[in-house]
Amino acid sequence: MQDVKQAVRQFLLDNFLMGSSATIADDASFMRGHVLDSSGFMELVLFLEESFGVKVEDAELMPENLDSLENIQAYVARKRASPAAA
Amino acid sequence: MATIALHSGVFDLDYTLEADRIAARMIEVVGRELRRRGVVIAMSGGIDSSVCAALAVRAFGTKVYGLMLPEHDSSAFSLHRSTILAKHLGITFGVEGIGPTLEALGCYRWRDEAIRAVFPDYGAGWKNKIIIAGGKEGSFNYFKLVVQDPEGRLLESRLPVREYQQIVAATNYKQRVRKTVEYFHADRLNYAVIGTPNRLEYDQGFFVKNGDGAADLKPIAHLYKTQVYAMARHLGLPDEICNAIPTTDTYSLQQGQDEFYFALPYDKMDFALWAFNHAVPSAELAHFLALPLEQAAFIYTDIVAKRRATRYLHAAPVLMEPVTEISN
Repeated sequence: MQDVKQAVRQFLLDNFLMGSSATIADDASFMRGHVLDSSGFMELVLFLEESFGVKVEDAELMPENLDSLENIQAYVARKRASPAAA
Repeated sequence: MATIALHSGVFDLDYTLEADRIAARMIEVVGRELRRRGVVIAMSGGIDSSVCAALAVRAFGTKVYGLMLPEHDSSAFSLHRSTILAKHLGITFGVEGIGPTLEALGCYRWRDEAIRAVFPDYGAGWKNKIIIAGGKEGSFNYFKLVVQDPEGRLLESRLPVREYQQIVAATNYKQRVRKTVEYFHADRLNYAVIGTPNRLEYDQGFFVKNGDGAADLKPIAHLYKTQVYAMARHLGLPDEICNAIPTTDTYSLQQGQDEFYFALPYDKMDFALWAFNHAVPSAELAHFLALPLEQAAFIYTDIVAKRRATRYLHAAPVLMEPVTEISN
């Protein structure tokens, strides 16, 4: 299984922190760290859907699912384990 | 730090004094700083452009040229109200439909292609708008596309980011083409161009860069929308203008500004922005507006987030190093 955290980290570094030497801790909030704004989260959603084959529902657009690398990893794992629910 | 109390009179102004102050400053800016002879103003029939037009007449008399620039999705009320206002003010004005220009540019085609990626049946006879969602329910802000089929049925779906960006980019053609026409007339007449944002729009970045955001002067960017309405009444503008409900007049389905962009209707959003600007705790705002505590806190967070997200819209072109000879 592809390492979700590493793939998302690379996606953020390539697209939102271009050229910066910033690192992203596993539990760092993208919102509080100003890595992503609301349109950035929508780009992240598209990336998750295209990369991991999950369908992110409207009700799942919550910080506890998407606002850190570890939250995303847990969220994608839940989606894969039970495709009908988060 | 002592905070200033939030109360219903925070927007009170001496409107006679304020109108005179703005008019005097407009004359100073246009005549002495910009060295132009009058002003061009695009009139939508909405409260902001109407007040700007009236203030411009106060400043420049007959040297004000009004423009109505409808396109295929414009409400007929817009042209109706702006014509009433132009006649009320006694200014020279022109009506130039920009629909054919937008068609030639592909504005509608690009937009409809993105809409069809979400609703494949979308076509002639359908209407559309974008609404903001999330946020208030604790989720991230995101956008939904709402369409109405020819039978009047409403359908909505979350907009994926690429389609959202394409629809917005296509509709931004409208504001940019309008500005191009405004500058044609400004050059022709040796006039300056007025931008019409109120404080909410200016502060929160609710404008199109190089579209309605482009202007030589913005006479009411310091006034809260509540104050703009009060100024309209003070200036004796027609009731149809003073009572107009703010819409974007950009999408074919009617779209309130608070549906698309702001977290609250303008009258409440004004208080929220004022309270935030004066360091009023969010709990006090919640009490004043009878909102849940979490919603008031979210509104403050959203104000900051919008300022940050739209900094790019305000930014002048960035040089790689200063050219000191022409710095202000």
